[in-house]
Amino acid sequence: MPPRPQRFVSDKKIDMKSLKRLMSYVLRRYGMRFVVVFICICLSSVSTVIVNNFMAKLIDTVIIPGLDTGFDAIRDKLYQIIFNMLIFDILGLAAAVIYPQIMAVVGQGTIKSLRDDMFENMETLPIRYFDRHAHGEIMSTYTNDVGTIRMLVGQTIPQALSSLLSIAVILFSMVNYSIWLTVFVLLVAYLMFVITKKFGGKSTKYMAAQQKSIAEEEGFIEEMMEGLKVVKVFTHEEEARKDFDRVNEQLFRDSETANATANSLMPILANVGNIMYVVLAIVGGLLVVMKIPNLSLKGVSTISIGVIISFLSLSRQLSHTISQVSQQVSAIAMALAGSDRVFALIDEKPEEDEGYVMLVNAYKDENGELHEADHHTGLWAWKHYHAQSDHSTTYVELKGDIQMVDVDFAYEPDKQVLFDVSLYAHPGQKIAFVGATGAGKTTITNLINRFYDIPDGKIRYDGINVNKIKKPDLRRSLGMVLQDVNLFTGTVMDNIRYGKLDATDEECINAAKLANAHDFIMRLPEGYDTMLTGNGQQLSQGQRQLLSIARAAVADPPVMILDEATSSIDTRTEALVQRGMDNLMEGRTVFVIAHRLSTVRNSDAIMVLDHGHIVERGTHEQLLEQKGIYYQLYTGAFELE
Amino acid sequence: MFKILAGRIGEYKKATILTPLFMVGEVAMEVIIPTVMAVLIDHMGTESLADIVRYGLLLLGLAFVSLFCGMKSARYGATASTGFAKNLRRDLFYKTLDFSFEDVDEFSSSSLVTRLTNDVSQLQMAFQMLIRMAVRTPLMLVFSVLMSFRINHRMSLIFLMIIPFMGTFLWLIFHISHPIFRRIFKRYDALNNSVQENVAGIRVVKSFVREDYEIQKFKKTSEEVRNDFVHAEKVMALNNPFNMLCIKTTILLVCYFAAKIIINTHSTELTTGQLSSLISYGVQILTAMMMMSMVFIQVTFSTEAASRISEVLDHSSRLVSPENGITEVKDGSIVFDHVFFKYGEHSRNYALSDINLDIRSGQTIGIIGATGSSKTSLIQLISRLYDVTEGSVKVSGHDVREYDLKSLRDQVAVVLQKNVLFSGTIKDNLRWGNKDASDEEIKRVCRLAQADEFIEQFPDKYDTMLSQGGTNVSGGQKQRLCIARALLKKPKIIILDDSTSAVDTKTDALIRQAFKKEIPDTTKIIIAQRVNSIEESDQIIVLDNGKIVEHGTHDELMKLKGIYYEVYDSQTRRKGDDL
Repeated sequence: MPPRPQRFVSDKKIDMKSLKRLMSYVLRRYGMRFVVVFICICLSSVSTVIVNNFMAKLIDTVIIPGLDTGFDAIRDKLYQIIFNMLIFDILGLAAAVIYPQIMAVVGQGTIKSLRDDMFENMETLPIRYFDRHAHGEIMSTYTNDVGTIRMLVGQTIPQALSSLLSIAVILFSMVNYSIWLTVFVLLVAYLMFVITKKFGGKSTKYMAAQQKSIAEEEGFIEEMMEGLKVVKVFTHEEEARKDFDRVNEQLFRDSETANATANSLMPILANVGNIMYVVLAIVGGLLVVMKIPNLSLKGVSTISIGVIISFLSLSRQLSHTISQVSQQVSAIAMALAGSDRVFALIDEKPEEDEGYVMLVNAYKDENGELHEADHHTGLWAWKHYHAQSDHSTTYVELKGDIQMVDVDFAYEPDKQVLFDVSLYAHPGQKIAFVGATGAGKTTITNLINRFYDIPDGKIRYDGINVNKIKKPDLRRSLGMVLQDVNLFTGTVMDNIRYGKLDATDEECINAAKLANAHDFIMRLPEGYDTMLTGNGQQLSQGQRQLLSIARAAVADPPVMILDEATSSIDTRTEALVQRGMDNLMEGRTVFVIAHRLSTVRNSDAIMVLDHGHIVERGTHEQLLEQKGIYYQLYTGAFELE
Repeated sequence: MFKILAGRIGEYKKATILTPLFMVGEVAMEVIIPTVMAVLIDHMGTESLADIVRYGLLLLGLAFVSLFCGMKSARYGATASTGFAKNLRRDLFYKTLDFSFEDVDEFSSSSLVTRLTNDVSQLQMAFQMLIRMAVRTPLMLVFSVLMSFRINHRMSLIFLMIIPFMGTFLWLIFHISHPIFRRIFKRYDALNNSVQENVAGIRVVKSFVREDYEIQKFKKTSEEVRNDFVHAEKVMALNNPFNMLCIKTTILLVCYFAAKIIINTHSTELTTGQLSSLISYGVQILTAMMMMSMVFIQVTFSTEAASRISEVLDHSSRLVSPENGITEVKDGSIVFDHVFFKYGEHSRNYALSDINLDIRSGQTIGIIGATGSSKTSLIQLISRLYDVTEGSVKVSGHDVREYDLKSLRDQVAVVLQKNVLFSGTIKDNLRWGNKDASDEEIKRVCRLAQADEFIEQFPDKYDTMLSQGGTNVSGGQKQRLCIARALLKKPKIIILDDSTSAVDTKTDALIRQAFKKEIPDTTKIIIAQRVNSIEESDQIIVLDNGKIVEHGTHDELMKLKGIYYEVYDSQTRRKGDDL
C-alpha cells in the first residue's frame, strides 16, 4: 500500500514573490486593460477629493461674501463652482462605471487561467502526488485558495490602489490648507494604525482558535453522523450528547471571542475617527478664534471657517480610508497564502516520460512483415525508432508478453515493499496474485502500467523495456479494473464509453453484455441514459463493479489488470461479476489480484506474496501439493484479506 | 420556520435584546454628532472660545458614549449569535440522536453533516446581521431623515426624493443578479465536482489515458463558470456607481439650494454649519440604503439553510420509546407473528411478507439469502430499529413496542453489516458496549470474538489508537472488534449481520465454537454468505424476496434440494476432491 497522505501543514510566512507572480499573471494577459483600470481608479479618487475642495470654496468665496452682497452678485460664481463640481463628478462617475466592468473580465479571466493551469498540470502529476496529498487539501486549493485570489484580484487590489491614492491626495489637500492641522491628523491616523494592528493581531489569534474548534467540531459531527446507526444500536446517545456538549461549548467560547473582537473593530475605528473629528473641530475653532497664523503650502494666512469645514470632511475621509486599508491588508495576506498553494500546484513537477516507443495501428504484408497503418486495423504494433544507433525504425507486434526481472520497490526510501520479484507472462496467460493485505499485490500491477517508476530494464513488454515506451501508449495497451470503482458524472453510456471515446452505442452495449451489466442497466429507470452522480452512488457495489468491467471491455486492450472487489457482494452478483471478468479475460494476458480463491484455480500461474516476496509459485495443483501458505489459505486456515 | 429558529435563542435572550438596544444608542450618537458639530462650526463664526470648548466637550462625550454603545453591541452581538448557533447545533444534534433508522435513511449522514455545519454557520451569520445590521441601517435611515428634516425640511425633501430611485434600482439589480447567482452556484458545484472526481479517480484517468479529454472537459466547464461570473459581476458592479450618482446628485442639489437659502435669508433659515451637517446626513442616508440592500440579500440567501435546518428540527419520528416501557428482557426468545414490513409508507413493495418464526432462548439461527432478500430488514425488527408494518415481533413474550427502547436495545445486541469504529483507543471503542466494563471483562469478550490475540500483538495493545473509521486495522480485525464490542453488553440476544465475511473460515469457526460454549443462554442470530458459518444452526432460514422460502435444519434443507442445497453445493464444490 502507498503511504497515507499527510495532513496539510501551512507555513504562515508570506513572501512577495507570489504577489509579483500573480501580478505578472494578470498583466501578461490583461496589461492594457489593467492600465485603463489604473487610470480610472486615479480619476475616481482624485475627483472625489477635488469636489470636496470645491465645497470649501463654495463657503469661503460664495456663501460668506454673498451674505453681504446678496445672491445676485455671487450667482455666476455659484454656477461656476457647481459646474466645476459637476464636471469632476461626471469624470469620477464615468471612471467608477468603467473600471469595475473591466475588472470583472480581468479578475474572472485570471481565475479561469489559474484554474485551467492547475487542472492541466494536476492531470500530468504522478500517482505519488495523490498519495501524498489528502484529497480534501487538493480540493481546497481549487475552492478556498482560488476564492481568496478572486477577492484579491477583483476587489482588493483595485480598492487598495484607490485607498492609497486617496490617502495621498487627501494628505496633499490637507497640507494645502493647514500644516498644523495636518500634523495633528497624522498623529491620530498613526494611533488608528496602532489600534488596528493590535486588534488585528489579537483577532488573528482568536480566529485561529475558532478555526481549530470548528475543525474539531466538524470532525466529531462527521464521525457521529457516519456512525449514527451504531450509536443507536449501542444506545450510546447519552454519552454522545455529553461529548458533543463539551465540543460545542468549546466552539461557542472560541467563536464568541473571535466574533466579539472582529465586531469591535468597526465601532472603535469609527469612534476614533469621531474623536479625531471633534478634537479637530476644537483645535480648528481655537485657531480661528485666536487668529493664530496658519501655515500652509500657499503661505501664511489666517484660518477660515471654510478651511475648517473642508478639513473636517477630509479627516473623516482619511479615517474612513484607513479603516478600509486595515481590512484590505488582511485580505491580501490571506490571498497570498492561497496563491502560494495555487502556484505550488501549477509548478508541481509532472510525471516524467522519457519513452519514445509508440503504439501504432499496423498491418502485415504478404511476407508477414509489419507496416504502420493510418487507420484502425485491429492489429497493433510498437513503433521503435532507434535514435541512438542506426536511425532505423522497427515494428514489434503487440502481443501482451510481460516479463519482470528482480524487481525491488519502495514507496518511501527506507520502506521496501517488493523484493526480487521476477515473473513471466506469456500472451494469453492468466497470472494470479494471492496474499494478505500489504503483501504487495497491487504494487506489482502499479509498476506494470508505470504508476510508479523503477530503474531501466526490469520490466519488459513484448521484449521492450517499458521505460522506453511512452506512458500513454503503454497504458492504452493495458486495461485496468480497479478494486475501488470510480465512475464519473454522466450517463451510464458515457461511463462505458470512457474506455473508448469514439465507441458507437452498439459497441458500448456489446461491452456491457460481455460484462454481464446489460441486464441491470436495462432495469434502470432510463436504461443507458440514466444519469450517474456522486460516483454512481445510486448503484450497488456489484453493479458499479460490472460497469467498470464494461468500461475496460470497450477499450479492448491485449493485457488486463484486474483487482477483485473485496466488499461483500452476495453469491449471485458475485457469480455475475465473475462471469463478466471471465469473459473479459478470454484471449488476453491477465494479471488478477485475487480475493476469492475460486478465481485463482484456473490460472496459468499463481504467485503467493508475503511481505513483498514471492514465496510460492505454480499452478493450483502444484501449490496444493506443496502444502505451504497457499494450501493453508485454501483450506481457510489463514485470513486472505 | 422562524418560530422554530427563534426558540433556540434560549439563555442568550438578554444578549439578543441588548445588542439592538446598544445599537440604537450607537446610531443615535452617530446621528446627533453631526448636528452638534454644526452648532460648533457656527460658533466659530461668533468667535466665542467658551462656546467652542463647551460644544467640543459635549461632542467628545457623545463620541465616548457612541464608542461604549458600539463595543457593547459588538460583544453582545457576538455572544447572542454564537450562543444561538450553539443552541441550534445542540438541538439539531440531539434531534438526530433521537432519529430512528428510517429517519437516518431519509436524511442521509452527509446531508445531516452539512446541516449541522455549513447551514448552522450560515444562520449564525444571518442572525448576527439581523440583530445588528438590520437594526442599524433602517434606524440610521430614519434618524438621518428626521435630523435633516429638523435642520431644514425643504432641503430634506431632496433626500426623500432620491430614496425611492435608489430603492427601485437596488431591487432591480437584486432581481437580475439573483437568478444568475443561483445558476452560478450550480455550475460552480459542477466544476468542483469535476475536480473531485479527477482527484479520486486519477488512476482511472491515467490508465485510460484520458488526461487530455478531462482537461478539455474541465476547460469547457471553467469557461462557462467564468462567463456566468463575469456577467453577474458586471451587473453587480453597476450598483456602486449608481449609488455614487445618487450621492453626488444629492450633494450638488444641496449645495446649490443651500447656498441660495443661506444668502437669501441671511443665515436665519440655514447656516453654513448646517450645510455641512446636511451633507453628512445625505451620505449617511444613502449608505444606509446600500447596507440595507446587502442585509436583505444575505438574509435571503440564508433562508434555504434555515428551511433545511427546520426540516430536521420539525421532523417527528414515528418510532419512539413508550412511556413506562418494560425495562427487563427476561430471556432471549423471539416470535415473529405474521410480520409484514416495508420501508416508508409510500413504498409499493413489502420488504418482508408474512414472516412467522418461533425462536427459543439460547438457540442459534442462521439466515441466508441473496442481496435484496431482506435479511437485514428481518433482524432489524428485533431490536426495533424499524417498526413492523403489520403483525408483531415479540421478544421474551412481549411485543417489542412495549419495551423501553434503551432497555430493549441494551439486551438485543446487533453487529451491523456496515459497522463503524470511532477514533479513540481500542478500549474506548469496546467500552461502547458497557462503559463500566473492567479490563478483565474486556479481555474476556475479546477472547470470545478471537480478537485478543491480534490486539496483544499491537505495540500499545488495548490502548492502540484507532483512526477515524478504524482504517488502521484490517477488515477481519475490524469485524472481530465489532463483535467483541457487542458481546460486552452481555445481551440476551446477539445478532451478527454478515459480521464475519472478512474473517477466515478457521477463526469464524472458533468464534462460533466460543459462542456455543461461553454464552449458551444467549440467542444467536447469524446472517452469512458462507454456508459453513450457519450450517450447524438449530434453525436455518432461507430468504428470497422478503419471504421465508426454506426453513429447517441443515439436514432437512439438504433433503429439500432447493436454494440452500444449491448454494451449499456451489460453495463446497470449489474445494478440490483432494482435500
